[in-house]
Amino acid sequence: MAKVPVQFTLNGEEKAEFVESGSTLLKALREKIGDMSVKGGCHQGTCGSCSVIIDGELRLSCIALAETCSGAAIETTAGLARGGVLHPLQRAFHEGFAAQCGFCTPGMLMAAKALLDRNPSPSREDVVDAIGGNICRCTGHEPIIQAILSAARANSVNAA
Amino acid sequence: MALTLQTFPTADAASAALAADGASRYLGGGTLVVRQANEGDLSFSTYVRATDPALSAITVDDGQATLGASVTIGRIIADGRLAHIAEAAKSVGGPAVRNMATVGGNLYAPAPYGDLAVALLALDAMVEINGGPVPLSAFLADRYGTYAHSVLKSVSFALPAAGGLRFLKVSRVKPKGVSVVTIAALLEETDGTISSARVAYGCMADRPIRAQAVEAELAGKPRTADGIRDALTMATDGTSPITDAIASAWYRSQVLPVHLGRLLLA
Amino acid sequence: MEVRKSYFADERTDDLKEIGQPRLRVDTLGHVTGTTAYFADRNFPGLLHLKMVRSPHHHARIRGIDLSEAEKHPGVARILTAADVPHNVYTILTLIQVGPEDETVLATDKVRWKGEAVVAVLANSERAAQEAAAKVKVDYEVLPAVLSIEDALKPDAPIVNEYHGQNYYRYDSGECRKVRFGDVEAGFAEADHVLEETYSSGPIEHAPTETTGCVVAPEGDGRFTCYTNTQAMFFTLDNTSIILQMDGAKLHMVGGTVGGGFGGKVDVIVEPIAILGAKLTGRPVSFIYSREEEMQISSPRAAEKLVIKDGVTQDGRIVARYVKAYIDAGAYSRHSPYGAQKSAAHFPGPYTVPNVWVDSYCVYTNRTPSSAMRGFGVTIGDFALEVQMDKLAHLIGMDPLEFRFINAYRDGDMKAHRQVTEGAALIECMQEASRIANWPVAERYMRMSSATREG
Repeated sequence: MAKVPVQFTLNGEEKAEFVESGSTLLKALREKIGDMSVKGGCHQGTCGSCSVIIDGELRLSCIALAETCSGAAIETTAGLARGGVLHPLQRAFHEGFAAQCGFCTPGMLMAAKALLDRNPSPSREDVVDAIGGNICRCTGHEPIIQAILSAARANSVNAA
Repeated sequence: MALTLQTFPTADAASAALAADGASRYLGGGTLVVRQANEGDLSFSTYVRATDPALSAITVDDGQATLGASVTIGRIIADGRLAHIAEAAKSVGGPAVRNMATVGGNLYAPAPYGDLAVALLALDAMVEINGGPVPLSAFLADRYGTYAHSVLKSVSFALPAAGGLRFLKVSRVKPKGVSVVTIAALLEETDGTISSARVAYGCMADRPIRAQAVEAELAGKPRTADGIRDALTMATDGTSPITDAIASAWYRSQVLPVHLGRLLLA
Repeated sequence: MEVRKSYFADERTDDLKEIGQPRLRVDTLGHVTGTTAYFADRNFPGLLHLKMVRSPHHHARIRGIDLSEAEKHPGVARILTAADVPHNVYTILTLIQVGPEDETVLATDKVRWKGEAVVAVLANSERAAQEAAAKVKVDYEVLPAVLSIEDALKPDAPIVNEYHGQNYYRYDSGECRKVRFGDVEAGFAEADHVLEETYSSGPIEHAPTETTGCVVAPEGDGRFTCYTNTQAMFFTLDNTSIILQMDGAKLHMVGGTVGGGFGGKVDVIVEPIAILGAKLTGRPVSFIYSREEEMQISSPRAAEKLVIKDGVTQDGRIVARYVKAYIDAGAYSRHSPYGAQKSAAHFPGPYTVPNVWVDSYCVYTNRTPSSAMRGFGVTIGDFALEVQMDKLAHLIGMDPLEFRFINAYRDGDMKAHRQVTEGAALIECMQEASRIANWPVAERYMRMSSATREG
């Protein structure tokens, strides 16, 4: 198997790994770097569990090839909390019962973060669209929508 | 054979590599081809991609738009110049898929996928492939044959006027579901009478198709419930809908005229 | 959250400390930080990937298996067939005396459903395992398949599962699980109306976001640590011990957070074969279903066909209920004999009916084996019963909610399967629902109580 070098930043830290050519970013993050916050649910780009932010855009690590991400800035849920302080989205999900089994949660958080980074005061419709590619099978999407809206409100209060 | 990725600086070099290796596939956004590999498709072992900047260019000039094949669905939505096709683009996937999926890939997407392609077909788009412009309908008919091992470079079309493109994706899951049927229509009207119509369907065949009988019948008719009645009786002419987990061919045929009528009268 | 304390106020002391209080889940901090460990969140050097060769036919005889090409494929560590499995024919519920053993871990002479496991390939990478699996040649003689409950019960139907000898599970009570209460024919004679309706449902997949799987690591002390997302840890431990004929002390099952189960992860399918692979290669093994396998291979909720015949009087009393229930187990028992048994006890529903006759059949077909899913054996029955209740109410021109008040079970009522009703609260739930949904019922129903037969 041909190994190719890949270099990117992950949650602000520089990473360099050799990966098998043609392997996915999901595999690179989990098996090479050990970031297990990224989950593989369908490997078809359908469930959203593997969602990460690449250069500011939400993408699916299960269908992105690692080599195509060289030089990119990648964000995952493992980097959301800073200095032990939860991100407002994490707090809102925790307090708002927006997670049950938790498997979709990291992907949901990334989809929500990609939204709030771009649009700090989203409407409910914006939130529904933002998580439109992320499937939750336990809790239901309503508490998740409410948690994202409440994190946005908390953010705007903090900013004021 | 383990999978490998080959990267080429130009579309032509990538085309040559695809032509030379039958076990290769072109990698655009990955939403089709990496998915296939992940599910154990062993028919290919090489991904080929091109980093040619021309493939990612959007040009709008004198009402004519040209989208490089690597332009993502997300970029179409974000580009104000393309606002009149944004609704069709938004019907594709969730945000993550839209940030990866490309225009070119959408034209290769098998039914029930490829919603933007339905809109582009109604816009009578041309694609650039194998050195020449090809009508989209001709490309779609031969996309897994002649054009399977070539790099599609771009798609061009005349931008519709505001509200000119009528677009409807019918899904069972709201707001984001796979298509039961997708319909795009471009009508020219004079004083409430339809002078010409282009109507395209998704999921009513193995590829997006034009509804030619409907188009011919609509010409010269007022855009009213009475005026489109005869056209609706021909809605399924020339179709052979797919059957999948979302809907049967029978179901698609039953609901198509209803949705077509609503879209035309909206 | 509101706790309505007026109900049953005399039956309890009012010192609730937890109920009615919002409490944060203890596990979500792990979920939101991405630190909750699921079974697959581990890396092992030298990990082998297991890929299953599966039957493309609903029903076929296996004439031969040729591994010669597959074994030569680069990256292949080992290929397992039925001959490698110490106790290849098993049934999960043997632990609670449900027999006979009727399912093969890897197919021997026959496959009985499309997707059945035949050969397991262990290789260095998923791709190599997939490629080698494609090189396994299985020679099948296709047999006629039985794909519906109706076809399965025809007198000349092909036999799906020879371990049973007929296409239904034989209970100690005979060809079905039976409930007999009162005199159902006398009940029908007394009725003003008799309504017979048939209800049916298809299989339902749980579709958890995390697919079924396990990762097994051989340990230096001869034990095998199996990280699994099973929902049934001790079923898994005990059945694996039986299948592999290994002392349970050698099997260290590690569970934890399951990425969605809903009953779909209670079968014992991936662990025994993965542990066997680790034992025979001395290397760690990962066996994780692809999404397609999760949809096609993992057990769904059983398809059901329910025939419900009720006798009702013009004043709203159900006087007889006759039910024939057919639960489609698919090709193997798994949890379905138990599901069909549950259905029999359940069918009168939360209503007091003086004359009841229930026959619940567990039927074998050449379909994906069905198993547990949230309330299996009763949920589809509840759907059918409540639709039936509405139809009965309409038949006699009565409000459907008032009709349910008249027939609701109350404390002290003898249920058809001969359990005395205790702690009923159906009437109170309906009273509350009537208020919240703004669906008024006559005052006498609002004065009823589950604790007494008055009113």
